[in-house]
Amino acid sequence: MAELENTTHTIQLTLKPGQHDGDGQRVAEAAARHLGLATGRVRSAALYTVRYPLNENQLSDFATRCLADPVLHDVRLNELTGAEGYTTYILVARRPGVTDDEGTSAQNALADILNEPLDVHTQHIFSKKLYLLENDLPETDLRRIAEELLGNKLINWLEVGRVADGIRDYTPRPGGGAEAITEVVSLTGLSDAALLQLSKDNIYALNLEEMRAVRDYFAATETQEERKAAGLPTDPTDCELEIIAQTWSEHCKHKEFAAVINYKNTETGEEKQIDSLFKTYIKNATSEVDRQLRANGNDWLIKVFSDNAGAVRINSDSLFVWKVETHNSPSAIDPYGGAITGILGNNRDPLATGIGGARLLFNTNVLCFGNPEFDGQLLTGQLHPRRILEGVRKGIEDGGNKSGVPTVNGAIVFDDRYAGKPLVYCGTGAVMPMQFAGLDSWEKKIDAGDRIIMAGGRVGKDGIHGATFSSIELDETAPATAVQIGSPITQKLAMDFLLLAARRGLLKCSTDNGAGGLSSSVGELAGISGGAVVELERVPLKYPGLRPWEIFVSESQERFTLVVEPGKMAEITALGQEMEVELTDIGYFTADGFLDVRFDGAPVAHLNMEFLHEGVPRKILEAEWAKPVAAEPEIPTATDYTETLTQLLGSLNICSRESVIRQYDHEVKGRTIVKPLMGATGQAPQDAAVVRFNFESWEGVAVSNGILPRYGDLDAYDMSAGSFDEAVRQIIAVGGKLPNLTPGDGIFWSVNDNFCVPDSVYDPASNPDGKQKLAKLVRMCEALRDATAAYCIPLTSGKDSMKNDFKADGVKISVPPTVLYSVTAKIEDVRRAITSDFKQADDVVYLLGETHDELGGSEFYALHGQLGANVPKVDFAKAKALYTLIGQANDQGLIQSCHDLSDGGLAVALAETTFGYGYGAVVELPETSLPLATQLFSESHSRFLTTVAPEDVVAFEQMLGDRATRLGRVTADGELTVRHAGKTVISANTAALRAVWTNGPVNHLLGVVSNDNLSHSNSL
Amino acid sequence: MVQDSAQGAHKVQSEAQTDAANVDGTVRALILTGFGINCEEEFAAAYRLAGAEATIVHLNQVLYGQVSIHDFDVLNFPGGFSFGDDLGSGVVLANKLRYRQTSADGRTLLDDIKQFIANGKFVLGICNGFQVLVKLGLLPNMGGDVTPEVTLTHNASGRYEDRWVTLRVNPASRTPFLKGIDKLEVPVRHGEGRLVVPDDATRAAIEAAGLNCLSYIDANGDGTSEYPLNPNGADLNCAGLTDPTGQVFGLMPHPEAFLAAYNHPDWARRRRQNPQATEEGEGLQIFKNIVAHIAQKHTTAAPAVQLANQH
Repeated sequence: MAELENTTHTIQLTLKPGQHDGDGQRVAEAAARHLGLATGRVRSAALYTVRYPLNENQLSDFATRCLADPVLHDVRLNELTGAEGYTTYILVARRPGVTDDEGTSAQNALADILNEPLDVHTQHIFSKKLYLLENDLPETDLRRIAEELLGNKLINWLEVGRVADGIRDYTPRPGGGAEAITEVVSLTGLSDAALLQLSKDNIYALNLEEMRAVRDYFAATETQEERKAAGLPTDPTDCELEIIAQTWSEHCKHKEFAAVINYKNTETGEEKQIDSLFKTYIKNATSEVDRQLRANGNDWLIKVFSDNAGAVRINSDSLFVWKVETHNSPSAIDPYGGAITGILGNNRDPLATGIGGARLLFNTNVLCFGNPEFDGQLLTGQLHPRRILEGVRKGIEDGGNKSGVPTVNGAIVFDDRYAGKPLVYCGTGAVMPMQFAGLDSWEKKIDAGDRIIMAGGRVGKDGIHGATFSSIELDETAPATAVQIGSPITQKLAMDFLLLAARRGLLKCSTDNGAGGLSSSVGELAGISGGAVVELERVPLKYPGLRPWEIFVSESQERFTLVVEPGKMAEITALGQEMEVELTDIGYFTADGFLDVRFDGAPVAHLNMEFLHEGVPRKILEAEWAKPVAAEPEIPTATDYTETLTQLLGSLNICSRESVIRQYDHEVKGRTIVKPLMGATGQAPQDAAVVRFNFESWEGVAVSNGILPRYGDLDAYDMSAGSFDEAVRQIIAVGGKLPNLTPGDGIFWSVNDNFCVPDSVYDPASNPDGKQKLAKLVRMCEALRDATAAYCIPLTSGKDSMKNDFKADGVKISVPPTVLYSVTAKIEDVRRAITSDFKQADDVVYLLGETHDELGGSEFYALHGQLGANVPKVDFAKAKALYTLIGQANDQGLIQSCHDLSDGGLAVALAETTFGYGYGAVVELPETSLPLATQLFSESHSRFLTTVAPEDVVAFEQMLGDRATRLGRVTADGELTVRHAGKTVISANTAALRAVWTNGPVNHLLGVVSNDNLSHSNSL
Repeated sequence: MVQDSAQGAHKVQSEAQTDAANVDGTVRALILTGFGINCEEEFAAAYRLAGAEATIVHLNQVLYGQVSIHDFDVLNFPGGFSFGDDLGSGVVLANKLRYRQTSADGRTLLDDIKQFIANGKFVLGICNGFQVLVKLGLLPNMGGDVTPEVTLTHNASGRYEDRWVTLRVNPASRTPFLKGIDKLEVPVRHGEGRLVVPDDATRAAIEAAGLNCLSYIDANGDGTSEYPLNPNGADLNCAGLTDPTGQVFGLMPHPEAFLAAYNHPDWARRRRQNPQATEEGEGLQIFKNIVAHIAQKHTTAAPAVQLANQH
């Protein structure tokens, strides 16, 4: 111990006098703003604790030459002292085993300056932050700042106190955990209650019937004989039960989407039995779409539902790979870590589709939060929605930016029901050549004898039980190990390696290690060959002290499982060394029908593959639909709606997200053509992103997201149909064309569906409205089937998250049933993409599509505290006809701008289309039977606001006919004037409207506000 | 063609050019990647579009001697987050180039880069690459001894931001990279782009030599410290630096992200105004400039390149 102390050094970097301490300043501001605490000045310092033998000169050289910036920093060695005028402190360290990229980078630098190899997998350097506060705050206040602003108790070790009492340091010492033993768990003769308790105690998340099936499997004579031969006891090992629990988790197995559902519609009296939502509404629907596509010479649908991501053909050379997932539970307890591992984990799906080695093209993200301005009492274990928003945003920033993947599109939805569990949807598009070294890239082939290689990060206790934990409702006892910490740099190295390994033909195939860790990745791949042998003692660990089952199910991040033919091991190992990616041979595939797991030669699991993958009992669930009682409200009519429009533009769900968008790199790779914000001002919101595939052709892809949870309060069918239509029309708005309109046109579409619903399994005590919730899910699926059929658009992959409830202090917060449709479509020539903003004065403004009396669930009603009844409905046939014509009009270059109508209806769309350059518009609303407010604010689907050059008006009107309503013209004066029945009903300066929109609550919350605008110099 | 073009650019050592020097007159650009660098593909595309041959190489292939920088005309450090930027942008990579010995005689890659520059060749760093050059002391390198004289650190806003800015080229700048360019619109995408000059004397020296080659400007064309026109609060409103020879050039914004007119946020309106305008992005000119400059050197003074090796 004494010797160890001698090799421990502390390096402290403080800013030189006069250097701007932005970090300290932000802490002071945030404490004042969010916690109402006056810290006085705050001074930040970086600390590095080095546990490595260094002499004085080496330490000093390392500190001053590698860590300190000579212009910015003063260095102090081996002293932890305050500074004059500062009375209290907060020290933020990491808990044992938590990823410390900064420490690892410092180790890299140390190895370079010493010019000696240094095992970077063992943590020798620990980074920390020290904050000195001017004011003498009591310990409780310091703890609040520490826990609510600076760290997360699950991840960080936080020390606070008065400087005069001495600054307490903390350096983690990981390891020292359990010995590597495997325990046997007896199921024989356990009562139902005991089985359930066992499931709950171990976070297996298996229900009684499933536990019984497990018990029966081990009790079967055949199993017992097999186990005897394999050298295992009759009773299952802890490792075996864990493998089954991960494999059978809702997260991995989608048991509710595969269940038999007895559905009753109390409105119509209809009763039916649904044999799997997935099969009935998703898989079969896509099969039908594929049949129609192929019948018309469109054979671009390559891979659906059977791999980590869906794949469609771009052209004869390459595939587009698309995957969207959620990471809700982890983001609820650690927003930053949950989001960063969400995006990095989702990146691994396209990366490890087929053989693996796709090039990532872009990310998208859609986030649902509670009201960030919530000022009530939080439940035990519940994080404030603002904190979740800021943490998730930062996680996506680091996950995307540090990986070099542009975040090109997204959405943020606010609703108080997301205050318990936020929804964090992460999407990634990628491009893969059709072939790698002569083999079809999208195929996963494995033969007995192929080696199992773990690549990338090491295994620790982080993320144990993520798959099962996300399959149950969240409560105040969420386990710390369920938190996963991301390391984008580790994944970037692994990604670069995978790209080269695939192109050199060294990979047979690959998959990612996500939920369930090796247990799931090897278990799934072993299904291809028919078995596998894994030798767990070979798995490299972050620190000692993991039991075999923990190694097998840990969800430590940034790992891939690779399948390599024995003859290619030498070459791939050399490439791994060159690119500094750790590769470990942990076993091989077999064809004997068993998953064999061993530790130090002794068997720890021997499971029949068929039982593992097919043995889970099917659920039978009850669903009952009753139309919610709803009525249209009486809203007093007004003669001037300028104020209403202004309020809508500044409202939480409509206001600008610029502060979020700009902190994501949306144009790395240099291929983003339609960005989230466009125009000379850089403040015109766009409907979908357009990204070109490369620099040699103008082919590209458009991507959009449709999500409308509040409509689900009126009818989940219409909500789902509307969300699908929203995503489709956003693609149409940027110049996309519907698929399959002409034979062999090759215009691919690829959709991911992501359902996030509250617990929908009926239980008279704990979930009395479960049947209604499940009925909503059924209706959402029915709408999805109808939408895909109507537009002939296939689903290629998707995910469902079934337990989005947060329970604490006897209160349950459940998300509204939510579905996100993430839609991608080929753009033949990105130069013909359309942006939403007005382009020139005197262009003629049209409304395309039909407006109906559909204010139900609208933002206009929400402004008045009402829900209403008339939820917008989609007429797919009319929508398809309109979208087809818009595509034709754009082919002829007739469209100058196009913006889809959504939240806030026509009025909000009119305002937004002026934001790009500062134009105005003069608009005359037609005199129809619809009330004025309905014309202005109805959110009827399948509508667009579009402009046409004066010289193209005749051709455009001939083509669109009565689907286009001429409203007026674009003006240069920057005034928006809307008239109706001879009266001016909206009159506003568009710069003022833009300021309201820009200075709305989201930008305000994140500290970006401006009185005029945030644009760059070439505006106006 | 989607994948192959990029793949073609990613030549590995075995495929990389190993000919001694440009006998065929081709301009050869070496683009480093690995360890978190992430703008190498568009960087390579920029050189290809400018008529050069672009080779992307993993840093370790250079450090381990499998690829020699001396086989190339211009050495490029792309943007990204090298080593996660955990110790400050570019710090760990700069440290590696300065200290990691690449041969038994204690030679480092920085030694090679110094020789490369002495040979009359060119070095370009963008964003994270600029940060590396500054932290290495290659920019501005007024003392000529590769000692860091300035630094780049956290934006005054405290935030990473992606936004477009307008730059003006310092007329006093003599670097061939910026020849003939007056103004330039480009995106910035960084969290640590604020140039900090430690004292007035250094500031004056930089200005006197015209090394502050690019400034953030306002609508009137004047250098500005006003956010967000100056997105990071840089000293001297400075977005880029050269060394006194003009051979080493670095900038925070991303010209390689503006290779096509359609990268600009206002492209659709601008093309409406002027449908015949070039489809090239303004950022490409920097690459065309240096490629043309080197090509001209190749044709007029090929033997001199060899003689210039005074190291």
